[in-house]
Amino acid sequence: MLRFVAARLALIPPMLLGVSLLVFLVLRLGAGDPALDYLRLSQVPPTDAALADARAMLGLDRPLAVQYLDWLWRALRGDFGLSYATRRPVLPELLGYLPATLELAGTALAVSLALSLPLGAWAAGHRGGWQDRLVRGIAVLGVSLPNFWVAFLLVVVFSVGLGWLPPLGRGTVLHLVMPALAICLMSLSVNARLLRASMLEAAGSRHVLYARLRGLPEGAVMRRHVVRNALVPVVTATGMHVGELLGGALVVETIFAWPGVGRYAVSAIYDRDYPVIQCFTLVMTVVFVLCNLAVDIAYAWLDPRIRLGREAA
Amino acid sequence: MTPAGAPARSRSVAIAGLLAAGFVLLALLGSLVVPHDPLAVDLAHRFEAPTLAHLLGTDHLGRDILSRLIAGARTTLGSVLVVLALVLALGLSVGGLSGMLGGRIDAVLMRLCDVFLTVPTFVLALFMIGALGTGLVNVVAAIVLSHWAWYARIVRGLVLELKTRDYVLAARIAGAPRLAIFVEHVLPGVVPPLAALATLDIGHMALHVAGLSFLGLGVQPPTPEWGVMINDARAFFWTRPLLVIWPGLAIALAVLAFNRLGDALRDRLDPTLVAGRGL
Repeated sequence: MLRFVAARLALIPPMLLGVSLLVFLVLRLGAGDPALDYLRLSQVPPTDAALADARAMLGLDRPLAVQYLDWLWRALRGDFGLSYATRRPVLPELLGYLPATLELAGTALAVSLALSLPLGAWAAGHRGGWQDRLVRGIAVLGVSLPNFWVAFLLVVVFSVGLGWLPPLGRGTVLHLVMPALAICLMSLSVNARLLRASMLEAAGSRHVLYARLRGLPEGAVMRRHVVRNALVPVVTATGMHVGELLGGALVVETIFAWPGVGRYAVSAIYDRDYPVIQCFTLVMTVVFVLCNLAVDIAYAWLDPRIRLGREAA
Repeated sequence: MTPAGAPARSRSVAIAGLLAAGFVLLALLGSLVVPHDPLAVDLAHRFEAPTLAHLLGTDHLGRDILSRLIAGARTTLGSVLVVLALVLALGLSVGGLSGMLGGRIDAVLMRLCDVFLTVPTFVLALFMIGALGTGLVNVVAAIVLSHWAWYARIVRGLVLELKTRDYVLAARIAGAPRLAIFVEHVLPGVVPPLAALATLDIGHMALHVAGLSFLGLGVQPPTPEWGVMINDARAFFWTRPLLVIWPGLAIALAVLAFNRLGDALRDRLDPTLVAGRGL
């Protein structure tokens, strides 16, 4: 198990290095000129002299490789430069917004798991019945509705109509309900459907039949042989959903005036505030990679071949 | 599936197929059937309730909502189809090269894919828009660049599996060139599961296009696009929720239809391949 975790950890630095190169090169070779955007956001008229000054100040007159290494070296020490728009260090500013986004995406993940697992198991237990059809219906709808539109619908019903939930802002648990629900719908639907399918598959397998034949009580058969095996694909899928949940949070934040990185990043992208865009992309990637590491560990723990050190090829 | 569920299932697939075909027709021929000019501003008739002249009413600039929805089908679905064509082309060429040639080229291409797959898809799309700028063409490019690696990976996996089949080995022994083997013997096995995956992804990508436009980063107003329409209607949402509801319903119906179709295709062609992706 330890060897497995160490192997996964060793993969992370080269991947992040690759992403940093991608982020740096695409932005530099992309459509815009950072010096021009810097002057625009500083509200300085872009004369030739001002452009040359800005290039020298931002280090854009050096060879690309030198610029990259310099940027990477600073980034490794947490220095992503100053935002062109706010003139404040980018990383502290971004990290100030990040907890709100993580709170939202994390809640959405928890809600997704808390609802999808019982729903999927319920559907599998009543295969072909109305319960099954209901859950499958929810799952089909859940992957088709745009999360930002669901957010609006929830506000119409629960804030405008019933007046139960606050339509904007962050603070209490009540503020979390609507944005988290809107974001988690996709992951919830996929997980419920996946658990249903994999439980039905596991329930029909020979090792479960054997467990029953041995006379194990039904509860133990379900717990040890059906649910545990059926969870494996759900765990894998959840790793992929983390990206989707983070993306959902970025979109939905603008609707609920949620003070997360979403609005900060969107305005930076609109303004072409390069240091913020670079930092945002890398920080979100690190979050994503760490979440996937956690998922891999959970996956290894569920799979005895890995947990006991006999890694499957 | 239980036998009892089968007729209902095929009926829902047929409905989804008709709906999807309808949306594609609207995207292609919509300009022939729009009741009004989707860009015509008429401030004297803003926020009109549905009437016979304006079946779904008018928006904050007095534009006919139904006409904008029909024109939006072309923007949203048209851009998704372009995205899909480009992603398939990139995925097939990179994945095909990687799988057929193997060795160092395979290693380099796959590390490149790894880098693209390390960044969350939506964040990568946002980043690409940051680098390329906003607008319809750049949104298409951003979504292609954030999705191609998935396809390259899947194509490579399929190619590697098909390469070991006896008929491919026979063709190699017969001395057929690698390109001919790929086109004649491997490609036919790659296309069906890829078609299922692509159909399933139409909905997913439509949600991305609409989401980016909703954030104001994609298609720019006044171009009629479903996400743009929702963004336009936001300011009036408390008093006129219907303005948000119509375009969202259009997105939901289109995504629902293509998802259902993709599911059906996947079930027929290969139930194991796409399941792991989960989305």
